[in-house]
Amino acid sequence: MALLQISEPGMSPAPHEHRLAVGIDLGTTNSLVATVRSGAAAVLPDAQGRPLLPSVVRYLHSGKVEVGYPAQARQADDPKNTIVSVKRFMGRGVKDVDHLQNAPYDFVDAPGMLQLRTVAGVRSPVEVSAEILRVLRERAELAMGGALSGAVITVPAYFDDAQRQATKDAGRLAGLNVLRLLNEPTAAAIAYGLDNASEGVFAVYDLGGGTFDLSILRLSKGVFEVIATSGDSMLGGDDFDQRVFCWTVEQAKLAPLSARDMRLLLVRAREAKEYLTVHGEASITAKLSSGELVEATLDTETFCRITQTLVHKTLGPVRKAIRDAGLAVGDIQGVVMVGGATRMPQIQRAVAEFFNRDPLNNLDPDKVVALGAAMQANVLAGNKPQGEDWLLLDVIPLSLGVETMGGLVEKIIPRNTTIPAGRAQEFTTFKDGQTGMSFHVVQGERELVSDCRSLARFDLKGIPPMAAGAARVRVTYQVDADGLLSVNARESTTGAEAAVTVKPSYGLADADIERMLRDSFSHAKEDVHARALAEARVDAERLLEATRSALAADAALLSAEDRAAIEGAVAMLQKALAGADHRRIKQAVDELNRATGPFAERRMDAGIRRALAGKKIGSL
Amino acid sequence: MSKTNAAAGKALTSSSSHFELFGLEPAFRLDTAALERAYREIQSQVHPDRFAHAGDAERRASLQWTTRVNEAYRSLKNPVQRASHILALHGVDVAFETDTAMPRDFLMQQMELREALEEAKDAAALEALHGRLSAEKQEIEARIGEAIDERKDYGAAAGLVRKLQFLERLDDQIDAAYEAIE
Repeated sequence: MALLQISEPGMSPAPHEHRLAVGIDLGTTNSLVATVRSGAAAVLPDAQGRPLLPSVVRYLHSGKVEVGYPAQARQADDPKNTIVSVKRFMGRGVKDVDHLQNAPYDFVDAPGMLQLRTVAGVRSPVEVSAEILRVLRERAELAMGGALSGAVITVPAYFDDAQRQATKDAGRLAGLNVLRLLNEPTAAAIAYGLDNASEGVFAVYDLGGGTFDLSILRLSKGVFEVIATSGDSMLGGDDFDQRVFCWTVEQAKLAPLSARDMRLLLVRAREAKEYLTVHGEASITAKLSSGELVEATLDTETFCRITQTLVHKTLGPVRKAIRDAGLAVGDIQGVVMVGGATRMPQIQRAVAEFFNRDPLNNLDPDKVVALGAAMQANVLAGNKPQGEDWLLLDVIPLSLGVETMGGLVEKIIPRNTTIPAGRAQEFTTFKDGQTGMSFHVVQGERELVSDCRSLARFDLKGIPPMAAGAARVRVTYQVDADGLLSVNARESTTGAEAAVTVKPSYGLADADIERMLRDSFSHAKEDVHARALAEARVDAERLLEATRSALAADAALLSAEDRAAIEGAVAMLQKALAGADHRRIKQAVDELNRATGPFAERRMDAGIRRALAGKKIGSL
Repeated sequence: MSKTNAAAGKALTSSSSHFELFGLEPAFRLDTAALERAYREIQSQVHPDRFAHAGDAERRASLQWTTRVNEAYRSLKNPVQRASHILALHGVDVAFETDTAMPRDFLMQQMELREALEEAKDAAALEALHGRLSAEKQEIEARIGEAIDERKDYGAAAGLVRKLQFLERLDDQIDAAYEAIE
């Protein structure tokens, strides 16, 4: 029976309506939302027809929040309350950010992630990003005529766990069901349809506003396999602006600047940079608050000279990724350019020279990531029949490890491991009668803990007293398909178990997110309970649909008893759905999830056996 | 915190052998095309992208299976781990951490390679060293294939696997040296 189901390619076992899913490129400079309609991916513009949303958020006295163009227009007048390039601060502490002195904000050093003091109060980068995502969600819901079923949000491939977690939290805070965090270069490869057009190895060179990624992918029909990724999450178009800014300050011999003047000159620097893409020289003119007039002319040659080290800096990660992939430059069959900063002619030249071939620029480098994300969202939503979709195999960019004696790092999952990934390591007590153990989870390539990023610290308590070295503590690292880590430690020698599971967190606990969500709804005058009920219902309907289609496909795998248990739980949930108590619905959802656990495992098992027997079925 | 001698990097769920998982006969000389094919077919059934809208139970099962499949695939692609896995299936422990005794000539050769690495100051020198190491690794891999697949001499294979492990560590150091000169 199950074989019949898969012998009909293109027919999903339980046809469902088209789900509304979007891809969101949450960029340093600009953000976009896109979706797949009538088979083609398209960016959704705002009411004025503009595709980009400047990633700028301004907090006003009145409690109002401006996002996008209106905020961008006021950035020089109100620099402290107008947050630009917030992506650079995601999952970052004060000490992690370069040029902090050149950013006109009131930073608050908070544990894990810095925060910003604005007229509306202290805001974390997660909250600022959520404002951008909320505007994009509303734009999409208006254009598509309904609530979104889910969204794929892109992140730089080189983002570490803290930055990824912060991005996912921002999505939740914006009321999005985050289907997946997708690496930006991988999204670009999807948009280019590289799996269809080509077999072989491609590089994606992605220089955005604030981040640089280089991914190497092996492509074959229907499979995108990332074999190595490298980059610099603190290098992007913004740094070119900084160079022009510093050059201007030096040329005009300016005294230390106010926040307003600093922001004004940075804006002029960016305009000059963009102008130089197609012109030989650009003039920089600004009137400072003192009345002093700044005038300078920047020519292409000078621009190339003052940014040469930045261009060169991108080639280090390129070489590293090629080496990690076990390849030579000559093995790369094509280079895809992504990100607005790759428009700079000196970047195009440097990449062409390095790879000894002309890079691909067919798609708009500002839109390509959002388009790819939309295509992946469409697949994850189940809107594409099996056989027409693709398989995406991505990797973690940085090694995950644990601190050992002497402040050294023991790597548990090395960089470029395909995700989802899991690995376990055993540790033991070093003192007689020791009942607790401390763990420090870190990410990075260096040998010393102090040179890596600290992700989490936790204690395992309640180990039964034993002689030194007798306890066996198994520490398991699990990285999911979003590239997010959870860690579990368990001592089970004596049967008296001690176990703990942590998700690294950066100042935002689940309770914080819930509180912020409540706050944002009370602002929006939306009823919290109505929202909770609506969410619980959507969740429940999703689970019921999934259960129905699983039963339709694989009922043969169930004993009468198991089936009765599942059907009982389904009936319970349906009854709960008839009422208006979201807690009761949640309980029934949990119950059904528990009841379908063994069935889910048996289905996976059957799936694997079908995959291995695939040939035989085809020839029947 | 101190570490036990337990082998690092064991699979998350360990039941059947990695070969069984992919429907392959255990052999050191592996049909890599068949492995890749089986890997992709299984992934297309169990990968979390197939279950983004499913219930918690299925998403959890998908995550566990994909993790297991990825780990098995990675192990089988790596010659040291593939050989260790086959030897373990035959009850032979490679004993990387306890048995470090090596033939004298091998050790001399290693010392010489290490000295060459310390002296290598540019990419070209590292490239040359990397090439030499690759050739040596290939030769040892050929001998492992012979020992395991033909002679079934697992004891001899274990010694060769330890040698290969030595060379792999040296390769890691070459990588680190590349990064240092950049």
